[in-house]
Amino acid sequence: MSRPVALRELAHARAGDKGNRSSVGLFVYDARHYDLVARQVTPERLKRELGGVLKGPIRRYDLPQLGGFNFVMDDGLEGGVNQSLNLDGHGKSWSFLLLGLTVEIED
Amino acid sequence: MSKSRTVRIGCGAGFSSDRLEPAVDLVREGRLDAIVFECVGERTLAFGHRDRRADPARGYNPLLERRMRAILPLAREHGTKVVTNMGVANPKGAAEKTVEVARALGLKGLKVASLEGDDVSALIGPETELPEAGLRLGEVGRQLVGANAYLGAEAMRPALAAGADVLIAGRVADPSLFVAPLAEAFGWRTDDWRTLGAGTVIGHLLECSAQLTGGFFADPGYKEVKDLAHVGFPLAEVQADGSAVVTKLASAGGLVSERTVKEQLLYEVHDPAAYVTPDVVADFSTVRLAPHGQDRVAISGAGGRPRPDKLKVTVGFDGGLLAEAGISYAGPGALDRARLAGGIMRERLVHLHGSNAPLRIDLIGVSALHGSARDYPSDAQDVRLRCALRASSREEADLLLWEVEALLCCGPAGGGGYRGQITPSIITHNAFIDRGAVTPRISYYEA
Repeated sequence: MSRPVALRELAHARAGDKGNRSSVGLFVYDARHYDLVARQVTPERLKRELGGVLKGPIRRYDLPQLGGFNFVMDDGLEGGVNQSLNLDGHGKSWSFLLLGLTVEIED
Repeated sequence: MSKSRTVRIGCGAGFSSDRLEPAVDLVREGRLDAIVFECVGERTLAFGHRDRRADPARGYNPLLERRMRAILPLAREHGTKVVTNMGVANPKGAAEKTVEVARALGLKGLKVASLEGDDVSALIGPETELPEAGLRLGEVGRQLVGANAYLGAEAMRPALAAGADVLIAGRVADPSLFVAPLAEAFGWRTDDWRTLGAGTVIGHLLECSAQLTGGFFADPGYKEVKDLAHVGFPLAEVQADGSAVVTKLASAGGLVSERTVKEQLLYEVHDPAAYVTPDVVADFSTVRLAPHGQDRVAISGAGGRPRPDKLKVTVGFDGGLLAEAGISYAGPGALDRARLAGGIMRERLVHLHGSNAPLRIDLIGVSALHGSARDYPSDAQDVRLRCALRASSREEADLLLWEVEALLCCGPAGGGGYRGQITPSIITHNAFIDRGAVTPRISYYEA
């Protein structure tokens, strides 16, 4: 039996920026959830659900020994801090954009 | 310094406006060999250029004098070297000001060094390529504000070898500020890539100050941080092989855990296996973390490969003016009234005034930061309309503020709390320059 939970229940994250490229490091709290996050939180899914702001290619680097993933999102900051009109031009809150995604967890 | 002992290095600032008292506490109680103040970002560097143009004696970090006055007496008492990029666009001016402060404090004989040569404005021209933008410099069509190459640890080490107590640089790679004193203390070779990679990991972890010690981390109910109001700054106990334990003062608030370290390890990193600095291409992907007592985490396993032949250059351009203005609505129907006001702004700016400047309209409390990505369900009854416009002239910026303010009488019912501001902005692009074309220069001063 699977049920939907917010990714925030399983993982924590921090967002950073360089120019118009956003990066989010995402880490599972419990190593047992690593594989399900790896299967469900893919670059393709981010592009599909958050493509309104994540406009360029998205890459994911996996660091299983840290229980982590690094998402690197080109053209993901509406121009970057020096051009964006977003109140959060650095995309500091993009970590919680990802943590708001829903994942299916097996009970 | 000997090669067998532990070197203790701390971070006293992670950005230009960082707090002062955690740095003072670190130098007073941390038994540090060195403390690093990292205070330069792309924006602050461009503002430094502008300040220096207005007054040739300025262009360094505005908090330099206050920081030096608080830190220098303690640093001398404890034998702690001070390494910083607070020189920003004027390292010499910063060094002279530091000597002045040291003399006023009676710190006779204090040795200060400045590092210049990062300003490469004279080495670039309209034909310089900006590869990530796909443009040549002359095609940007904006006024050049400044161009600075990222120098590395190799450029800083001679000053430390010569006995400088304080080293003031302009643009250097952030982790290199930490690598330089570590490499000098342990005698690391400039082609010992693995060890330089390990030192770079330590520098990267420390360079954002409290972001390693519980700052930028707390999430009530999920990630708790003790006494965040008094969060301490981090220090590392480093061994000659580049392994380290990162921690904070026991007396300071905050948290050092595997979780805080992981979040900072990947902060602003792209390919974790190839973190490029002027010193080394560091490999973060093999890093191992282990708990090492209360608020202590051991770091090991970083790798490194040969450094790049070219140095990154940040080229800053005048970006015009950012105009922002807001007005708030609260109580029943607040969201509808704020939406109506937003529609009025778009109609008047675009259709009545014919503005084609980039315009953004947010509803703070409902749809702002994540507004372009997703709609959150909302029954908010306290909503702020925010209008932002990138203006090419002062008149255009003033117009936005005027129009939003005029909503007080001419807009929907109950609008209050108008505020507006106009901020000069900078646009930056990256260029790359041959390492050999850049000549670091060190000057020495004595109090």
